[in-house]
Amino acid sequence: YYSNVTLNDPCASSPNENMCPLARPPLPYNMPLAYVFSVGVSFLVTCVLLVYSMSRSFRESYRVGRSARDLAVKVFSAWDFKVIQRHSVKLQHENIHTQLKELLVEHRSRSRSLSVCQYLRRSAALLLAWAFSLSTVLGCVLAVHRFSEYMHGCVGKWQQEAILLVLPFLVSSFNVLMPHLYNWLTMWEKHDSPVAEVYVAICRNLILKMVVLGLLCYQWLSRRVVCSTEECWETCVGQELYRFVVMDFIFTLLDTLFGELVWRLILEKRLKRNQKPEFDIARNVLELIYGQTLTCTWGSAPCLQTSLMQNCQSPSKPWQASHMSTIFITLLCFPSFLGAAVFLSYTIWSVRPSETCGPFQGLETIYKSGKTWLQVLEKSNPNITWFAWVHQHLVENTFLLFLMSGLLLAMIYLNIQVVRGQQRIIYLLKEQIANEGEDKIFLIQKLHSIYKQR
Amino acid sequence: MGGSASLLPREALGEYQELTFLSKQEILLAYKRFSELLPKEERENACSVRVPKSQILKLPELRANPFQHRICHVFSTSDNGDDSMSFEDFLDMLSVFSDSAILEVKSHYAFRIFDFDDDGILDRKDLEKLVNCLTGQGEDSQLSNAEMEQLIQNILEESDIDKDGTINLSEFQLVVSRSPDFASSFKIVL
Repeated sequence: YYSNVTLNDPCASSPNENMCPLARPPLPYNMPLAYVFSVGVSFLVTCVLLVYSMSRSFRESYRVGRSARDLAVKVFSAWDFKVIQRHSVKLQHENIHTQLKELLVEHRSRSRSLSVCQYLRRSAALLLAWAFSLSTVLGCVLAVHRFSEYMHGCVGKWQQEAILLVLPFLVSSFNVLMPHLYNWLTMWEKHDSPVAEVYVAICRNLILKMVVLGLLCYQWLSRRVVCSTEECWETCVGQELYRFVVMDFIFTLLDTLFGELVWRLILEKRLKRNQKPEFDIARNVLELIYGQTLTCTWGSAPCLQTSLMQNCQSPSKPWQASHMSTIFITLLCFPSFLGAAVFLSYTIWSVRPSETCGPFQGLETIYKSGKTWLQVLEKSNPNITWFAWVHQHLVENTFLLFLMSGLLLAMIYLNIQVVRGQQRIIYLLKEQIANEGEDKIFLIQKLHSIYKQR
Repeated sequence: MGGSASLLPREALGEYQELTFLSKQEILLAYKRFSELLPKEERENACSVRVPKSQILKLPELRANPFQHRICHVFSTSDNGDDSMSFEDFLDMLSVFSDSAILEVKSHYAFRIFDFDDDGILDRKDLEKLVNCLTGQGEDSQLSNAEMEQLIQNILEESDIDKDGTINLSEFQLVVSRSPDFASSFKIVL
């Protein structure tokens, strides 16, 4: 009932059709534009907040200068005596353990070089593991593609609603099972440092999820397989997305409740060992990001920002906070946020809205609604032609956009160089202090030898 | 706190304020917590009674600390080696761990706490026990033998200036002075 026409027609609710004393308002309420603007503004706000939090965490992570000569200092000042809760003490133990391991690995990789045979063996194992994980991704994608085609082919025979739920079920079960497979794979690989294990696991999970999501987005936008028979493709795609979000939510709940509980029981009883914290971090954060990407595509973008910020500051992470959280926020938000933004921009700019339903019916693309509104604006009120001029010369002008993005990139580059320069200064000063220490050692030994000679 | 304040004589309070890094409120709070560790009959003359180690370790600040035994041992002035603490030992401990204690005092006592065999130097065995205390006593949480060797080797390379294979007090204090958060982490507040 609520279309652009009914909202702007002042006589729509009156029963008497002939008499209409009220005149049409000169500048009507434009519902399509309201839709576009609300989504666009929320995306812009999310983007700004993301960039701000990213820059803040980058700053923090680059401030800490890690060097090889800090091992003794770290060991002697590692324990915080103010911590008194048993759980926090345990976390501190784990934290120190991981930090020491990391520092030792850094030392080892710096000091020794592998023999040729070991190097070849290590590269072969790495290549094999990556080939296996990429082939599983390919297999999942093919399975999803084949199944959606099969579903499209036999949609008339079975119960409509039940069969439509099977594809989300399949995708969500892949998203739940594959990370466990990748975890077994990283255990088999036996990396040196715990951080490398987490990064590799994150990369693999990310590739899987992004490729599957990409395939689904392509299917929704091209409408060759899904929603090809319906007139209102917006409703159909919206319903598909909704099904995916709900199924993903149910799977996450079940996985958290039963998967972790059962896993922990099995590990404790059979192997008598506590579950490694690395499993939880990579998988849980990715689950969150994936769920948020789907929700974001569906259009409730502000949820993404708030829940991400809350969840990324989880206190149960036994890691060096700054470096890890930077990586999480940048590498994971940017593929997923950019992906959702690209999907929506493509929908707004290039996809033709359906003819008979939705607020954009009859338009060539969703973006055209803005242009038509500007023309109406010009006609209704000649005093605000400056607004139309501003729009035409600033927003539509590609040169200005290039200039602004060039300026932004230049600023970012400058900031990075400044930080790099400061890091170099810190490194050189530390080297200087170390050299002075060695001078002192040399002098003391000389004095000792002279004293002994006497 | 008003009730126990009347039990601690004012001259003693003033003396303790001068001899330690603690403020008046901190000393009174310490007195209150110390007398709570004693049975009711002995609370009258809490200043002269020694509290056994098992009672001291019941304090929430020391209960989960991996260095609890070393702390009691270092600060106890008991003659018979049972690590029991008097009120003055207790104040001593709180003074060293307080906010206002200077770095030299803290590093001196940290050295004594980390010196597990009380021989005045940190040798390899002390460092090994120290690292095991830091990482936790479970099987999984300890470093492997190879990692422990590498870690101790690196620590000695960095801090042993006279290359005698051990770290003495001056070398320890030099290393610790390079750390910006030693003073804030070596702190216990009641």
